[in-house]
Amino acid sequence: MSHRIKKSGILIDRTKPKNFTFNGKKFRGFQGDTLASALLANGQVLMGRSFKYHRPRGVVASGAEEPNALMNMGQGARFEPNQRATTTELFDGLVARSQNHWPSLEFDIGAINNRLPKFFPAGFYYKTFMYPRWAWKHLFEPIIRKSAGLGTAPQQPDADRYEYFYAYVDVLIIGGGSAGLTAAIEAGKTGAKVLLVEQTPHLGGRAPVDGFGIDAQLNTLKNMKNVIIRTRTMGAGVYDHGYALAYERITDHAPNSDQPRHRLWRIRAKRIVTATGAIERTLNFSGNDIPGVMLASAVRDYVSLWGVSPGKSTVIVTNNDDAYRTAITLFNSGQTVAAILDARPMGGGALANQARDLGIRILNGKAIKKVTGHKTVASVVICDQSDETSDTETIICDCVAMSGGWSPVVHLWSHCGGKLNWDAKNAMFSPDPNRPPTGHDGQGFVISAGAAAGALGHDAGIQNAVSAGRQAAVEAGFSASKTIASIAASTPESPMLAVWSMPQNASYALRLKTWLDFQNDVKVSDVQLAAREGYESVEHTKRYTTLGMATDQGKLSNINGLAVLADSLNAEIPAVGTTTFRPPYTPISIGSIAGEARGALFKPTRKSPIDAWQDANHAVWEPVADWRRPYAYRQSGETTQQAVTREINATRNSLGLLDASTLGKILVKGPDAGNFLDLVYTNMMSTLKQGRCRYGLMCNENGFLFDDGVVVRTGEQEFLCHTTSGGSDRVHAWMEEWLQTEWWDLQVFTANITEQFAQIAVVGPNARKVLEKLGGLDVSNETLPFMGYTEGRLAGIWARPYRISFSGELSFEIAMPANQGQEMWDKLLEAGAEFNITPYGTEALHVMRAEKGFIMIGDETDGTVIPQDLNLGWAVSKKKTDFLGKRAQQRSHMVDPNRKQLVGLYTLNPDYVLPDCAHAVENGKIIGHVSSSYFSPTLNCSIAMALITGGAGRMGKVLDFVIDGKTVQAKVVDPVFYDKEGARQNV
Amino acid sequence: MSEFKRKSTDGEIEISQPDFTGMVTLRADLANSETIINIERIIGLKLPEKRKLIGDLSHGMAWMSPDELLVFCADPAAMAAQLNAGLSGAFLVADVSHARAVFLLQGDGVREVLAKGAPVDLSPEVFLPDDFRRTRMGQVAVAFWMSGQSPDSFGLICFASVQEFMFDWLVTASKKGSLPHYL
Repeated sequence: MSHRIKKSGILIDRTKPKNFTFNGKKFRGFQGDTLASALLANGQVLMGRSFKYHRPRGVVASGAEEPNALMNMGQGARFEPNQRATTTELFDGLVARSQNHWPSLEFDIGAINNRLPKFFPAGFYYKTFMYPRWAWKHLFEPIIRKSAGLGTAPQQPDADRYEYFYAYVDVLIIGGGSAGLTAAIEAGKTGAKVLLVEQTPHLGGRAPVDGFGIDAQLNTLKNMKNVIIRTRTMGAGVYDHGYALAYERITDHAPNSDQPRHRLWRIRAKRIVTATGAIERTLNFSGNDIPGVMLASAVRDYVSLWGVSPGKSTVIVTNNDDAYRTAITLFNSGQTVAAILDARPMGGGALANQARDLGIRILNGKAIKKVTGHKTVASVVICDQSDETSDTETIICDCVAMSGGWSPVVHLWSHCGGKLNWDAKNAMFSPDPNRPPTGHDGQGFVISAGAAAGALGHDAGIQNAVSAGRQAAVEAGFSASKTIASIAASTPESPMLAVWSMPQNASYALRLKTWLDFQNDVKVSDVQLAAREGYESVEHTKRYTTLGMATDQGKLSNINGLAVLADSLNAEIPAVGTTTFRPPYTPISIGSIAGEARGALFKPTRKSPIDAWQDANHAVWEPVADWRRPYAYRQSGETTQQAVTREINATRNSLGLLDASTLGKILVKGPDAGNFLDLVYTNMMSTLKQGRCRYGLMCNENGFLFDDGVVVRTGEQEFLCHTTSGGSDRVHAWMEEWLQTEWWDLQVFTANITEQFAQIAVVGPNARKVLEKLGGLDVSNETLPFMGYTEGRLAGIWARPYRISFSGELSFEIAMPANQGQEMWDKLLEAGAEFNITPYGTEALHVMRAEKGFIMIGDETDGTVIPQDLNLGWAVSKKKTDFLGKRAQQRSHMVDPNRKQLVGLYTLNPDYVLPDCAHAVENGKIIGHVSSSYFSPTLNCSIAMALITGGAGRMGKVLDFVIDGKTVQAKVVDPVFYDKEGARQNV
Repeated sequence: MSEFKRKSTDGEIEISQPDFTGMVTLRADLANSETIINIERIIGLKLPEKRKLIGDLSHGMAWMSPDELLVFCADPAAMAAQLNAGLSGAFLVADVSHARAVFLLQGDGVREVLAKGAPVDLSPEVFLPDDFRRTRMGQVAVAFWMSGQSPDSFGLICFASVQEFMFDWLVTASKKGSLPHYL
């Protein structure tokens, strides 16, 4: 059983106990513990259940590569699933629950699957749940959803906040082990600006565990002002052009503080050094997933760093020298090492001799045939590595420390295209320095260092890192010394032996319980089956077997898996290759990706100068692009629909008031302004007289209508172009693009001055009376006729009323400086009280425009509609030699008389309002759809506009609309429902 | 300038929004020597270099693009009139005082607050006094600059319609204890 030992534990502070719970049970650890080390210290080896077979699982590793010890962490608004116990720092009050078990961790019904492994082979889901087809949705999927999956989803909104931080450096170093620290010193010496990020709270990586001090390095770095070190910060991804993401966990170890929980660093670096170390591999023997079987390096870490021994009696099984360090560490800490099984016939080198001198039993050429035990290791049965049937011996133990060799962490090197070489001597992929990821100049921008570069062993790693650090700085434009002192390895090691199967030709029965991927329950037999079924590509095999998927992305299993695949395919390992390494290195929180953009900061809301008044006066808000606009102003006791009706009736009968400030306003000025607008609009703008307004349409190069609005000529060389509320930025960018890229010879400047002005529409038969009452401007029909404008002081405020109408009523749209919009609004309300002045919202605006047959961009247009379809051919100039869209509108399809055309509709049942987008059906074919549909209070009946094939030729015909299986009939009419001659606006 | 529309002094930096700043957009060919002479004569300041601010909020000029300047002044209507009268050829002058909101940011954490939202190198050796940068802050289009007079004093402008959002963003980004202490 795992337990705390008296001595050792570099990272823990035994004077500071920390209380936590696991599955509701109270436990105690020390400051500096991880959740995993604290659980082991309390004898809790069983930490979860596996994905498919619900097998008992314990912790395997001691760091980011951990596949098993995944926890449902925290509670309520701070709950998060799939948190690795090995990277969770212990704090007082930590609450963790194991995952994927029912009803309890100790007794799990799903473990029945474990008895039926023959029925759950690779591709099980694909093979089993094919027929009958209906059963997937109604039977299989609901059951699988219950039993599969890892953690549970959070039920409450996240209580924490998150943020980004942008940083710019010469050299970014990812990894704070001895290689990273060395590279940082070397790069720092040149004067380069260096940022080093380390995922754990501690620097040094494996060096302190293996007895290599880092104090001298830290002292050197302390005095380098140009080198900054951030711990608890993981290099998450490397992207094009030296861009990198780093994930800082600020309060995971200290929740309930008012700091952001995570900070996502968005770093631009001239060079990136990946000093990401190496990960030890598992060995493939039967029962290698039973709790108590761990990586040899992890066993060593738990003893040295946290003062925890994973077992009372440990068997070490290895194919290399490094695992002997674990044996020596255990022995020196007073723990029992039952035996060292070395798969190599000749055994190990200097370290093996050291272990032998300590009196540890060493068996060369031996393998684990199988591990026995259920919830924890009971014993190992050993045999010759070369022969399963050889004489066997059973060794009682409760912990197995395995080492299958080491794999450099090449993820960050590979994210942006760095290529790998197969190193047969060490049986590992390592970065090829001649094929790095390249930047804009074709030069490599990532340099790997230390074990991550394939330089295994402390001394080789340091030497490699010295050169990597200097290279990074030199390539970033600094100069460094060229001489590198050669360092002799302090402890020479014997070569490792590639062992992909233990014993060598393990029988099917053994392979059936030999796990490759612990997180996804993929066994050697599954990969072999996939190969037999024709899966040759490692990427396909991954998806078919789930090898290397899910939260750990196969950090432990990838190399073993593809070695087994290569063996099954009779191919070389480098020919099979690796799956693609994609960011992030380990999962990062969704919160960190969203950054500060949540709650009130989720998305900017644009607010008009009259917004506060509207909010206080019961506006029902509607988003219009990024603006919020009042849909209607609901008075007490009213429904929204009743409010809309009231607003329309008051406007048509007397006086309405609309905040139109959101309309886009683009100033176009210069000697060629008229010519420019002739090119941008479909109609002629250069002939517009000063002081006059003209409705204009804008089409794209394909002839399709995309914006409309009133153009005002404010000077000989100056026009003000109104756009739709959502279109101002787009139209301004559109104009600038043409001016800058195509028509750069035109002498024209533009400016988007949308927000400089508030704009208020005063609408209705009494509109003129209220303006006259405010006083200061002659707004008579003679001085200010329809489609004209005037300027001056209205009620003492500089104002420019335009005689334009989107409602069909007598209407003035008054522009004034934005900061005086509210003042004007208040004055209008006061002066208009006697006329029952009624503020109205966007829905009343929409209904009134539809009554008049006016189109709305986005309702009547959808990117496939040309002006001619909307009976707006009159606004498309025949005289102009060119304008955007002209040529496209002459194509045969655009002049086809059977294009969809705009028509009006009266439903035969006048109370029935057609749904928007309802389809018109004729002889079983769709011939068009409803584009706008309302109940018109003015006409006291339902009205709609629709785009119908050959619509102009269907006047008076009745069309069928199919709604929820029923047919609704409507008669085709002129789309101008109200006051076709325009008498009401022209007074 | 004594009144503030919004103000926050609770966080790592002081954020305030002056009630009014006169601003005039000027678009013209800034490579044309006659135009340069006229602008410098009318405004009484040298044309700013690329990504620079000359002067201050009461009387200054910021480089917005190769053919755009933002003029800071006390009386934008008068300034616009002077520019309209004094310039010739193709140009555009527009009062944008009400279209934009100005924030003044004060405190030694300003650079780090800005670096939470803008993809700009704000380290002291790179972002210098009188530097002026058009960029974004989170999702909002902004420009900001460093005052030439005081090292911890920055200004920022955004569109008026998003000033509430911008203020909330700045308050959040400058909450006490939230600076990375990196720059």
